[in-house]
Amino acid sequence: MNFAFSEEQDQLRDVVRRFVEEKSSEEEVRRLMDTEVGYDPNVWAQMANELGLQSLHIPEEFGGQGFSFVELAIVFEEQGRRLLCSPYFATVALATNAILNAGTSDEKAALLPGIASGETIATLAFTEPNGRWDADGITMIAREDGGGWVLDGTKMFVIDGNNANLIVVAARAAGTSGEAGISFFTVTGDAQGLTRTALATMDQTRKQSKLEFAGVKATPLGAAGQGWSALSKTLDQAAVCLSNEMAGGAQFVLDMSVEYAKVRVQFGRPIGSFQAIKHKCADMLLEVESAKSAAYYSAWAAGEDNEELPVVASLSKAYCSDAYFHATAENIQIHGGIGFTWEHPAHLYFKRAKSSEILLGDATYHRELLAQRIGI
Amino acid sequence: MDFRDTPAEAAFRDEIRAWLSENLVGEFAALGGRGGPADERGWDTRMEWERTLGRDRWVGMSWPGEYGGRNLNFSQQVIFNEEYAKANAPARISFFGEGLFAPTLIAYGTHEQKSRFLPKIQSVDELWCQGYSEPDAGSDLSNVATRAVRDGDEWVINGQKVWTTLAHRAQWCFVVARTEAGSTGHKGLSYLLVPMDQPGVEIRPLRQMTGSAEFNEVYFSDARTSADLVLGEVGDGWAVAMATLGFERGTAFMSQQLAFQRELREIIEVAQSNGRSKEATTRQELADSYIGVQIMKYNGMRMLTDLVARGVIGPSSSIGKLFWSNWHRTLGERAMDVLGTDALLVASEGNGEYELEDFHQIFMSSRAETIYAGASEIQRNIIGERVLGLPREPR
Repeated sequence: MNFAFSEEQDQLRDVVRRFVEEKSSEEEVRRLMDTEVGYDPNVWAQMANELGLQSLHIPEEFGGQGFSFVELAIVFEEQGRRLLCSPYFATVALATNAILNAGTSDEKAALLPGIASGETIATLAFTEPNGRWDADGITMIAREDGGGWVLDGTKMFVIDGNNANLIVVAARAAGTSGEAGISFFTVTGDAQGLTRTALATMDQTRKQSKLEFAGVKATPLGAAGQGWSALSKTLDQAAVCLSNEMAGGAQFVLDMSVEYAKVRVQFGRPIGSFQAIKHKCADMLLEVESAKSAAYYSAWAAGEDNEELPVVASLSKAYCSDAYFHATAENIQIHGGIGFTWEHPAHLYFKRAKSSEILLGDATYHRELLAQRIGI
Repeated sequence: MDFRDTPAEAAFRDEIRAWLSENLVGEFAALGGRGGPADERGWDTRMEWERTLGRDRWVGMSWPGEYGGRNLNFSQQVIFNEEYAKANAPARISFFGEGLFAPTLIAYGTHEQKSRFLPKIQSVDELWCQGYSEPDAGSDLSNVATRAVRDGDEWVINGQKVWTTLAHRAQWCFVVARTEAGSTGHKGLSYLLVPMDQPGVEIRPLRQMTGSAEFNEVYFSDARTSADLVLGEVGDGWAVAMATLGFERGTAFMSQQLAFQRELREIIEVAQSNGRSKEATTRQELADSYIGVQIMKYNGMRMLTDLVARGVIGPSSSIGKLFWSNWHRTLGERAMDVLGTDALLVASEGNGEYELEDFHQIFMSSRAETIYAGASEIQRNIIGERVLGLPREPR
């Protein structure tokens, strides 16, 4: 038994931390969140060319480096610390995993090298206006038309939907319901009949889109009608990635709170000497450490691709969602009035925590899913 | 990062399993996971079981070989405890002696002291109790008023201890007493080893909210112990006492989650059989408890890895203690919720005794867990000050 990162993994963390600190200062986050694309293409290119982050867990035969989810988790945690504005989550956690899980060898060979090199920004479009994260939420119909496939319907809350030049879409055959009849397709970002609308997001650091499909010609990905197990696994893997991102953000706001509690003086003493504040920080630490344990363990399970993954993915998503939100809320409280202002970064984390909690299903959703998965 | 056993760990695990399947039979197996620091059920059989463990040196397995130990490392201890819990073996009696006193003795004792006491702990011929808390020294432990003065080659001890678990069963007590007249706070304290069977020691049982009486008041009235039975230096008792507390908060919880897992499983089974498991709120709560017990395991594994790498557990053990005690308390409340009206009744036989069902036992004994070994509020102070570096409360 060994629950520690290896030396190489620690080195990766150092490299990514330095990079993200340099490229994702608070000023830069604020600048990018006010732009429509919401990321810096130069940084995206550097992530691919200098650090190889987009190719990290893509197998070598498809142009990647063949690392595991543990390395990926490190990258997400470090990005989460600094709220890096980037289509990395959409491309790597969602689209890449969907292609890896669903695609044939030829399809992977066609799609993944572009992602690995940073040329392709990709996303996964599966949520719809009904806001559900389960199989029944998918109502978009895929129909065969003259030997090809055509998509009609609307996808919502598509992360970086406007930035993606490759969109993986989940749709179903007419007359099917639940987990049956779901298939994956790919379309390009500029496909004819596709209307993309950037959404006004509560959390401005991660962009979302509405995608309206009107007779959009689509390319099948994987076996027709067999998409659910690959999608379910993709959502679990993405939940693992997001959990690690949340753990990183939670640690960062804890550090912010503790720093402030040491220097802010009221009643003639640092507020951190009062138990009311000290105990809040202690509880935050307990939750942050626990969130990390859950996130790291789930990353290992995802890397091993073992039968534990569905349970630990839901466990990790539920716990990290609550812990991150709680930490960001306490961070505002500990900062007092300044923590409520626009110019203080506390609200950026507070909003990111809430949006991350809701994306892929909130804690309540995942506790129920967990109950089902452990046979309650 | 790898959660599988190494080949050596797997072989060791097999050895434990074989020993348990050979020895944990008959009336020992029938005890199930019964017992605990505040639960004396099946005492005589548990004593016999404990001696069986001691005979084959599973008591004191981490001790150096010269004192009868097996020199097992942390990973091996955890593996033993995991297999022990999985086998549903009886709760250990020797907690205070083996778990708390022995590691302190190994760290601070002289060779003579170790040779004198360790073999008797291993053979379970001598049980220990912990003489820390007093009526005016609870969370503020350094406020102890029990005093000891030298009289020739003996210490003479006067004062009162309280919440002394199993004092009525123990042959020895490790006592924190003030040996420097007029001293206050952490200074002037010593860690004395005092025999319980003497005229100057009076034990009065305290009945707990569970109805039973595992803990006691202990009155020392000119009680005596030999001058050489001080652990560490005279006047340096605070450091020794804190080391013991570190062991108390330390590695025990790493395997404890297996027993907790079993309790949760039993609660889930009841919820499934009485239909509560169909209710959305109950499902949320049971899933939440499941998450908590798994995270306890992950936290424990991270802490163990750290422990193996650095050799000391340090104040982060407070995180483990705070986590498990709160988790268990909530589990007890949820167990009552799942029982519904069945929670209203205790003694199933109607024999007039106040006898708790297993779920009541969790519900009630868990209220002590957020208090003993440093109350949750003290743990939060330790985390705040010693882990996060926040300023101390002005005193």
